[in-house]
Amino acid sequence: MAVSLPTAAGASPARSGAGTGPDMTLKRKRNKHRLKVLGFLSPWLIGFSVFFGYPLIATVYFSFMHYNQIEQPSFVGLRNWKYVLTQMPLFGPALWNTVWLVVVMVALRVVFGLGIGMLVTKIKTGVGLFRTAFYLPYLAPPVAATVAFVFLLNPSTGPVNQVLGWIGINGPTWFNDPHWAKPSLVLLSLWGVGDLMVIFMASLLDVPKEQYEAADLDGAGAVAKFRYVTWPTITPIVLFAVVTGVVQTMQYYTQALVAGKIASGVSIGPGSVIQPGYPDHSTLTVPQLVYQLGFQNFNTGAACVLSLVLFVIAMAVTLLLMRKNAGLIPAED
Amino acid sequence: MAGWRIRSCVPVAFGAAAALLLAGCANPSTGSATDDPTKPVTLKFWHGWSDANEVKAINASIARFEKLHPNIKVKSTGNVSDDTINQALRAGGSDTPDVVTSFTTNNVGQYCSSGMWADLDPFMKKDGIDKAKVFPKTLLDYTQYEGDQCALPLLADAYGLYYNKDDFKAAGIASPPKTMSEFQADAVKLTQHAKNGAITRAGFMPNFRLYQNSPDRMLAQWGPTYFDKQGKAQLADDPKVTQFFKAMNDISSAEGGHQKLENLRAGFGDEFSDGNGFLQNKLAMHLDGEWRGLMLKDAGAKFHWGVAPLPVPDDQADTYGRGYLTGTVTGIAHSSTHQNAAWELVKYLTTNTDQVVDFANDIHNVPSTNAALASPKLTPDPNFRAFIKIAQNKYSSAIPPSENGGMYITSFQDFSYSQEEGGEKNLRAGLKKLDKQIDADNLQSES
Repeated sequence: MAVSLPTAAGASPARSGAGTGPDMTLKRKRNKHRLKVLGFLSPWLIGFSVFFGYPLIATVYFSFMHYNQIEQPSFVGLRNWKYVLTQMPLFGPALWNTVWLVVVMVALRVVFGLGIGMLVTKIKTGVGLFRTAFYLPYLAPPVAATVAFVFLLNPSTGPVNQVLGWIGINGPTWFNDPHWAKPSLVLLSLWGVGDLMVIFMASLLDVPKEQYEAADLDGAGAVAKFRYVTWPTITPIVLFAVVTGVVQTMQYYTQALVAGKIASGVSIGPGSVIQPGYPDHSTLTVPQLVYQLGFQNFNTGAACVLSLVLFVIAMAVTLLLMRKNAGLIPAED
Repeated sequence: MAGWRIRSCVPVAFGAAAALLLAGCANPSTGSATDDPTKPVTLKFWHGWSDANEVKAINASIARFEKLHPNIKVKSTGNVSDDTINQALRAGGSDTPDVVTSFTTNNVGQYCSSGMWADLDPFMKKDGIDKAKVFPKTLLDYTQYEGDQCALPLLADAYGLYYNKDDFKAAGIASPPKTMSEFQADAVKLTQHAKNGAITRAGFMPNFRLYQNSPDRMLAQWGPTYFDKQGKAQLADDPKVTQFFKAMNDISSAEGGHQKLENLRAGFGDEFSDGNGFLQNKLAMHLDGEWRGLMLKDAGAKFHWGVAPLPVPDDQADTYGRGYLTGTVTGIAHSSTHQNAAWELVKYLTTNTDQVVDFANDIHNVPSTNAALASPKLTPDPNFRAFIKIAQNKYSSAIPPSENGGMYITSFQDFSYSQEEGGEKNLRAGLKKLDKQIDADNLQSES
């Protein structure tokens, strides 16, 4: 696969006959090489340009335009930015909810995924059953899972509060309470933590057994073994789980929308518009706001501003996590 | 050489991107009204009806139209939401509809001002239709924006008070309340509690998230003015808005409080199912549209029920009989290349008296023309007739159209939710902030 490149130094002896045979051959070789490289890169280049480069340029462009997707766009300077950042009351709650979900949901999912991964690698009997039981919820369609959770956690008719009532606990109103709606969504995401369990399980099984044996000989306890043997090996996987978790949660949309819609009890017919965020904007996320602005109100400029804000935050968080001193990149030897 | 190529490629790439941008921004497609409506054509008609009975009724209407216009075939698609219509008309293409409907009047301002729905005045003028004589004024007002009549009413909805006659009899109430103070007193009498204090039946549930209880619909009983002459929001300056919130809070508190009512509401089934709170006798009085009557009959309600106008404020007792009006609206997509043929369908559905009456009887909606409202062929059911009277009441009103569609109503709803949950400690300051917000949103929607 290695390709030997004709170097400038290697080409210099041929310069004696400038514009003649050897020089032209060299040029042809270089061009051929460039085309070959471009050919191999082209699928990525095309994909990147069409699905990332162009949309990004377009998003920046429209963030300075008034555009209702019917009339021609017109330049409005920073009006959309001012509107989103200073005049739109839902921006603050949406951003706060998104950040809250990123911090709490991602952290808890990683902890639970790792914990269950460790559990299923340790147990001796019924391994297949437990692995299947923990993984299956992940396969449930998000809408169906959310509908089921809203039913289970219904404050009046749901079985969870009924059971809590039997043991003398007055259960919260879950998805109907602004303080409990986000934690309820976190519960839903923890129920479907099977994806992380699988990758953590694979990485835990990949830790060399000899290192545990050596640690045993040194008299290391469970905590020390996790700290000095397991953790250094699985940190790249933890980094992967955190970064993908952050990016996914920044795009959190469906579950919050469905839960809010069903719990609100508001009927949605052909003439009505789904208002996300029930109760009291506590489940409103930035992607929901982007959709609402862009494809319900057709305020394309403001929707683009929000998208860019989300993009910048996601990039910043990812770069922060990718720093070596963030503790998730293993030190090079 | 390579460096030069890279330098030259970058502007080319950006130029191509810019060209793509411009191509993407172009108006998706522009229609025309130059077609001959007597020539064979197939029209695409998108509507929102989805219930089997309603679909049957609209299909029967289309069949009658096709009989009158054998050259025009109508391909209808049902259960289409406003979002879908909005997005499809913006996307353009050969599959976009010619004739469209909306189940809400909230978006008419946006449809007209954006040019997404064609102006119908030239078509009416061509056919000699005097719209002011054909349609009731309120209905005509909610289908236009700043003189652009881009929609016409296709049946209307009036809102009134459904009440459980058995509950009234048991509570010793002789007739439905007419004023807000009577309303509150009756609501308290009809409310029932469990031993633990939980509400098991609400006399009336003022919670804004309940089914059709949108705050703008209830506020209509006060006859508010949303905008001043300059188009600025003035909810804070209209004392009727403050009175409205106070009246709703008073009813809620007298019955046991908002949270207890919310707990009761959380146990209700879907609005259009047998689990409906009124159908389950968990609500003794209930705000709803005229269509509910047919549904109560179909569901075999196990109690006697009646209909009356929603009560009015004590200081406006002379306006009793009024109610909130809205309805289905229809128009021609700006992108249609068969606008003259499309107009024939719109004209038939909205102005043909027999058609309007038949359709209204079939789906239990209020007819939307003056002639149809006066027609002896309308169903004689007294409960349905009560809605006809509400629709004809001179004080009945609809929300004013806005270039921003129903966004100001959404903001008002959000504020109302927060208010009923106790989130707005200073009502006037909150309303001032809401006015400012509505103005900022409206400004943002302007070009």
